[in-house]
Amino acid sequence: MISARLQPEPFDAAAEQAALTTGRTDLGAAVAFTGLVRADDGLVALTLEHYPAMTLAQLQAIAADAANRWPDTIGTVIHRHGRLLPGDAIVLVTTASPHRAHAFAAAQFLMDWLKTKAPFWKHEEWADGTTRWVEAKGSDDAAAERW
Amino acid sequence: MTTLLYFAWVREMIGTDSETLALPAELTTVAALLDWLATRSPGHAAALADRSRIRVAVDQQFVSAETPLAAPREIAIFPPVTGG
Repeated sequence: MISARLQPEPFDAAAEQAALTTGRTDLGAAVAFTGLVRADDGLVALTLEHYPAMTLAQLQAIAADAANRWPDTIGTVIHRHGRLLPGDAIVLVTTASPHRAHAFAAAQFLMDWLKTKAPFWKHEEWADGTTRWVEAKGSDDAAAERW
Repeated sequence: MTTLLYFAWVREMIGTDSETLALPAELTTVAALLDWLATRSPGHAAALADRSRIRVAVDQQFVSAETPLAAPREIAIFPPVTGG
């Protein structure tokens, strides 16, 4: 089971990982990835717009796909939306498995697919008042297509 | 009637986040819908000018330009996604 959540609030990555592994003695590997707002060139804020009717269902579909590919792997995906500041966490992917290869692969798969299949759009604000929509990167499509 | 939803810079260029329209019966594909929408206003035309930068979801499922339209309830039009 890999669960997915959508929320404006911050998350506690350590607590989410502990919730996966507490009480389990069959797990040999736990991976946690946190995506952060990077303050490129004076960026002051990043707002994540999303498609409310579709976003959570799409996150859950991506999580279900990962669970089918790595059936021994459990995990949690949390994606935030709304206005975030440099250094804030945007997204958490945490996975656990009896074997590290599955935990790593599932986490990377989840991130690659989130980047290209979840309906979010990043809007950047700069110190001089200008704003800009982030352009999708071809390298993200390539990363998603290798799975 | 079909609800059209717009996101990100598509929403800004069209000037609204949604509109409810009666789609002409001859709009049988996503590509034909985009061609028709582009005639509705200069903002629609500008937002939809470069189809390589437009993505579409019909009833919350991503679709391609060739996808047939079969009595959609909700169509969302937006740029390539940039989450994660």
